[in-house]
Formats: sequence, structure tokens, C-alpha cells
Amino acid sequence: MIVAERKPLEQISSMIESNSKVLIVGCGECVTVCSAGGKKEVDILASALNMIRSKEGKPIEIRQETLERQCDAEYLEQLRGFIGEYEVVISMACGAGVQFMAEKYKNSLVLPALNTKFIGVTEEQGVWSERCHACGDCKLHLTGGVCPIARCSKSLLNGPCGGSTNGKCEISPEVVCGWQLIIERLSDLGQLEKYEEIIPINDWSTNRDGGPRKVVREDLRL
Amino acid sequence: MNYPPNVKIIKVPCTGKVDVIHLLQAFERGADGVYIAGCLEGDCHFLRGNLRAKKRMEYTKRLLDEIGIGGERLQMYNMSAAQGPRFAEVAREMTERIMTLGPNPIRAKNRES
Repeated sequence: MIVAERKPLEQISSMIESNSKVLIVGCGECVTVCSAGGKKEVDILASALNMIRSKEGKPIEIRQETLERQCDAEYLEQLRGFIGEYEVVISMACGAGVQFMAEKYKNSLVLPALNTKFIGVTEEQGVWSERCHACGDCKLHLTGGVCPIARCSKSLLNGPCGGSTNGKCEISPEVVCGWQLIIERLSDLGQLEKYEEIIPINDWSTNRDGGPRKVVREDLRL
Repeated sequence: MNYPPNVKIIKVPCTGKVDVIHLLQAFERGADGVYIAGCLEGDCHFLRGNLRAKKRMEYTKRLLDEIGIGGERLQMYNMSAAQGPRFAEVAREMTERIMTLGPNPIRAKNRES
């Protein structure tokens, strides 16, 4: 899932300081699961902004909505009837949702309430961590299912580097060395011979280095 | 057993039911202070309800600080159902604390206007 985190309330409230009619829109997908921008978080943000503004003596009118998701036009369409009544829209979706809403509603000012962090997993209730960089050329079959791009701080394809100590990365004793994980996993799978193979220089053009990316499936287009 | 009449009790099946939004809405609607009276730690009938409430209370305290209401207006106390005098003592303690802090800034502002 895409993992995000709410921006500080002060930052959000300063974005809307001159507005008195605000629509807050949550997203029912990833950011609901990582408790950053679902219905519950929309309620909390609305309540917090209400209090901040009442305290300042500048009451605010807030409407709360949570869509199935904000990265598909058909759900964004549900706002069509009333979005124009609001001076600003605060989107609690990931960066993709915020932008797509702004694209679909050209006359509305759409503001982000979250900082989008990474593609990751729920390690345990309340703990999320990064697993994928969306590099566009998956190498997990070579590395025992542990991603060298996302899990190695240097994204080395033939690691570990000299900074790996006792299985930990030199950037922090809290961070496990990605290549330590790869070697352990390959060893558990009885595939250590894969570690002997040199992974060639990476073609980063499938990554962001190739510019904004797009996937087109002609067979699915209408 | 006497306790200050300003304390309004909201019953919940377990403090584990108390969520961040419930606490925030109490303040939004003008409460000067809120405290959660949970069972003694380790005595939760649902095992971890009161421990969950404690974490949510701590998170809400930080939110209240961010909002500018002040996290010190929110507190959690643990007591058993048999500790009536302790309940009254906590009610007095919390009331005194809130009296010192003064009214909820939202209500104070509304009164001004």
C-alpha cells in the first residue's frame, strides 16, 4: 500500500487561514489502512480544524466526505454536485489522489493534508515500513524476495557494502542491512549460488530517471 | 460519597471503546477537561482495553497541544469499581486542575464574541 502521514495541524490550518468554507475529502484505500486519511482521520482533522478556528474567533464551515478512492475518476465524480460550493478542498489522499482531484476539478483549490511516504507494508498494528521503490524492473527473483533497491540504503545491486556491521546498515543501528537479509534469505532457500551471480548495471530508465511513467493497455481501453 | 457536580459521566462498555474522536468532540463541544476512568491496569475484562485507551489518550493529548487547547486538560485514571472514594478523589483532583487552567479556550472565545 501507499503509506502516508498527516501533515502537522499547524501547516494544514495555515493553508486555509483565509478560508471559511472547506471540504475535507478522505480516501478509502491505502491511507485508510495506514490510518492517515480515511474516514476516521477526516473526522479528527475536521474536529481539530474546527477547534483551532473557534479558538481564533474565526469559525469555519467544514463538510466531510470520504470516497472509495481518489485515484479513479468515477469516485471523484461523486463530489461534482457540491465541490464548487467550497472555497478549498483538503484532500486526505496520497499525492496521486490530491493531484487527480485537482485535475478533475480545475476551478477548485485542492490542498494536501498528508505527506506521502512510501510503498510499504504493515509490519504490525501501527508500524509501517518501506518495501518497494517502484523502480519499474523487479529483481526480487534474483534476490530471494528481498529488494536490494528498497531495502539497501544505497540501492546496491551487488552488496553488501563495507558499511554493513553485524547485519545493520551504517546509516543507523535500527536499519537492517538489505544485503544481509538477501544473503540470509537465499541461504534459507538453498539458493546461495544466486548470490555468486553478478547483477549487471541497472537500467534506471524504468525508474523515475526516465521521467514520469505511464502504463497503457490497449486491450483494456474503451 | 461526594464529588463535584460539574463532572458529567459518559458510560462506555470499556475504556477500550474510547476513541480519539470522542475525546476531541468533547472539547469541541466545550468541555473544559476530560478524564477517562478506566479499570486498574492488568484488570481489564477485555485484557487490553484500558491500555489501548491510555495510548489513545496520549495521542489525543499531543493533538490537543497542536490544536492549542492543551493536552493537560485530558487525563486518564485507573481505579476499580470498588474504589468509590478514589473516584470522588479523582473527580476533585481533576476539577481543581481544570479550575487552575481556566475554561476551554474555545468557550472563552465564544463568550467574548
